[in-house]
Amino acid sequence: MRQIRFIAQKEIYHILRDVRSLVIIFVMPMLMTVLYGYAINMDIEHVPLAIVDQDQTAESRTLIERFYRSRYFFRAKAAPEYNDPEQVMRAAGAAAVLFIRPGFERAVQNKTDFELGLTIDGSETSQAAAVQGYASALLNEFLQDHLPPGTEVPGVRLSQQVLYNPDLQSSHFFVPGIVAIILLMISALLTSITIAREKETGTLEQLLTAPVTPIQLLIGKLLPYIGIAFIDGLLVIGFAKVLFAVPFVGSFWLLLVVELIYVTTALSIGILVSTGVATQQLAMQYALLLTMLPSVMLSGFIFAIKNMPVVLQMVSRIVPATYFLKVVRGIMLKGSGFEVLAAPAGFLLILQVVLLTIAVRRFRTRIG
Amino acid sequence: MGYLSISHISRSYGPVVAVNDFSLEVNRGESFALVGPDGAGKTSLIRIICHLIDADKGTVSLDGRDTADHFDQLKPLLGYMPQTFSLYPDLSVEENLTFYAGIYGLTGAAFRRKRDDLYGFSNLAPFAKRRAGSLSGGMKQKLALSCALIHEPQILILDEPTTGVDPLSRRQFWEILHDLKRQGVTILVTTPYMDEVARADRACFIFRGEKLSEGTPTELASQFAGQIYFLDRKPSPELMRQLQGSEGLTARAFGSAIHLYLSPADRLDRHAPALHGAGIDPNSLTRIPPKLEDRFIQLMEQGS
Amino acid sequence: MTDHAVDITDLTRKFGTFTAVDRLSLTVEKGEIFGFLGANGAGKTTVIRMLCGLLKPTSGTGHVAGFDVLRQYEQIKRTIGYMSQKFTLYRDLTGRENLDFYGHLYNLGNHALKDRIAELTERLSLGPFIDRLSGALPMGWRQRLALATAIIHRPTIVFLDEPTAGVDPVFRRLFWELLYELADEGTTIFVTTHYMDEAEYCERISIMHNGKLIELGAPHELVRKHQASNLEDMFIDLIRPQGAAVAAN
Repeated sequence: MRQIRFIAQKEIYHILRDVRSLVIIFVMPMLMTVLYGYAINMDIEHVPLAIVDQDQTAESRTLIERFYRSRYFFRAKAAPEYNDPEQVMRAAGAAAVLFIRPGFERAVQNKTDFELGLTIDGSETSQAAAVQGYASALLNEFLQDHLPPGTEVPGVRLSQQVLYNPDLQSSHFFVPGIVAIILLMISALLTSITIAREKETGTLEQLLTAPVTPIQLLIGKLLPYIGIAFIDGLLVIGFAKVLFAVPFVGSFWLLLVVELIYVTTALSIGILVSTGVATQQLAMQYALLLTMLPSVMLSGFIFAIKNMPVVLQMVSRIVPATYFLKVVRGIMLKGSGFEVLAAPAGFLLILQVVLLTIAVRRFRTRIG
Repeated sequence: MGYLSISHISRSYGPVVAVNDFSLEVNRGESFALVGPDGAGKTSLIRIICHLIDADKGTVSLDGRDTADHFDQLKPLLGYMPQTFSLYPDLSVEENLTFYAGIYGLTGAAFRRKRDDLYGFSNLAPFAKRRAGSLSGGMKQKLALSCALIHEPQILILDEPTTGVDPLSRRQFWEILHDLKRQGVTILVTTPYMDEVARADRACFIFRGEKLSEGTPTELASQFAGQIYFLDRKPSPELMRQLQGSEGLTARAFGSAIHLYLSPADRLDRHAPALHGAGIDPNSLTRIPPKLEDRFIQLMEQGS
Repeated sequence: MTDHAVDITDLTRKFGTFTAVDRLSLTVEKGEIFGFLGANGAGKTTVIRMLCGLLKPTSGTGHVAGFDVLRQYEQIKRTIGYMSQKFTLYRDLTGRENLDFYGHLYNLGNHALKDRIAELTERLSLGPFIDRLSGALPMGWRQRLALATAIIHRPTIVFLDEPTAGVDPVFRRLFWELLYELADEGTTIFVTTHYMDEAEYCERISIMHNGKLIELGAPHELVRKHQASNLEDMFIDLIRPQGAAVAAN
């Protein structure tokens, strides 16, 4: 019995004297609770809405003001004169487009039937559902204000059209995100241990006296993993498509190219981590820390980025998963083309080069 | 200047001085042993020579060129075997050799020739496909040595290659080193074993980061100032007390025998009373030559 | 019941078809300092494990510290002390905390343990180092701490594996003076070593080869008997088949 007591006592010494673990045990959870608590915001607000006012009357302008004054919507970028809602949505970067046909004011005043067109981007499922609700509520509020109490609401309604995910299936929303996150995590994990392992086992010491430069070493280590991670990605995407019947509207080749860039970026994160730590265990911890939570919380996987505090929004800008998610959703659900995807893909490319450059710089050809 | 020239090297880790103003010339084609206990600075010095850590002060030159500036060009001249096994345990013997050969640019038929040469002296051919991690200690040493030799370096630097290895394997290892020396390779070895000094052409003692003494094995031992006598008696506590009682005489137990130490100017008969008192005839004592350990201790004690 | 510290006859240990130890017979007196030599794989470690009660012999009989080596290995474990070659104490605990821990594991009471630690600190001159983290101790002091831990429960037999490998010569002499004191008090000391210098500190040494004991006696007597120039040459001549011996230089 006393053996147990003394072993437990000794273990307490070990725990208390391992400062790094203590930090992870106490500080990290607190930090993460604070950070991510703010990120998790299920209230959809500030949705970019484009309104095309073909009526151009006092009533239509009042309606528009009503929509934009609410906290649910804000004015999307100025849209050129398109008639196609989808084009407007793309051009304006909006999540929804409200079309006010000519005749709105007359319909309101004469209390006749009228349809307003609301086109919603269904690829962000939870948002889409919210937009439907808000828009209806705001319209009803507007109509109520025009009538004396007790009178019937005129037949002005919203005709809704959901693009890209008409049934608002949440799997269409989540599964691309899962693909992005898994790829990021596994890739970073793969490479994170490689250099740390050579440090830990002592094989690096031998290698450093041989004619190998840091760049040669890092790239040589990176290459096999690109192949593996790429195939891994294909498997995950394939599974997703088959198991969850996620649509695939856009170009498969485009997705492959961007996937290649993405996994290389993720692998570069792992390499960077690996150059900075001395043990494999730490390397894995850091790799997971840097990839899993940020990509789950901040990439737009579940929680809308625009609803987060500005600080977190900026952090999400350097999470690779954010960009890949846009690309995956874009290709799978919207059939987005090169023009739309060039920017996120380009950013991933830049990020990768930056990460590798830092890794090469940080790689010390000395052992202490 | 020697083939390897170490000039006033110093290195500290915070407040701890690991190497202190250390200078040494190792001549082309000689085998040199750097002897000292753990913590003496051997590994730090070796790592500085191999450009793995920086010195705080001083320079190292190889083949006339400063290693700080030219190390990338000098790498092919140097074969390094670190203290802990640093090859890949999950690769086979042959795969490890192939890898290092490739890094140094040796492939194809030339590699196979070299590999067969190496298998020749190491007897590792039967184990070519075995994972390096499952080799015995002695075989690991031989593999590590093979990888250090694969590119035919001009100078071989071995950090404690024989630690923990039994005397027979150690002797065999040195036989291999002698063969290499005959082929013109310069050899620098660090070791905590005093007796390995005897196998090298020259050696130096290192302690607390400083060079205590340098010379051929015979020179080093004979520098011992004093006389040592062998007494074939069991060192019981009372006997030891009686002997220690004689001024200027130091008695040390050695298993079931005793060594008596006298200073150079002293004479055995001056201690006759104490010896007779213990029932020992001074004439029965045989003089024995000093061992390197005796000299090392003497230098350590002088230093402090 | 026997008065020897170790008394074994025809002790054998097989692993499958491989005979690691082949009919070893050995008698070691109380308070003797005994050295165990042999190439790696010669069977030394297996013998030590059997003597420590960690491994059951395949056949043979014997007693260690008066306990039957086949049936009373639990008691054997409690009366012996072991110091391994690698530093196996907890580096993030101080010397005192390590001693405390092991003392308690060996069932020393609080009072007795405190006294014992004070006694060992004094004897092994651990004073300034006892409250420092063990991992931060210089090499030679670590060995002393490891020795203190091995003898905390006053074992009658202590097994030391390469106790002074890599330690500076002055420290080695001081360490061995401690061992001589312990031996004078009746503790039997077993040392395994590859270091010929260390072997010479032993009263008697044994050489094992391929599981068999091939030589036994006082170091200087063996050198004389085999007409070798030193212990190492003698060892190598015994182990290496004749005719293959090459001059050392």
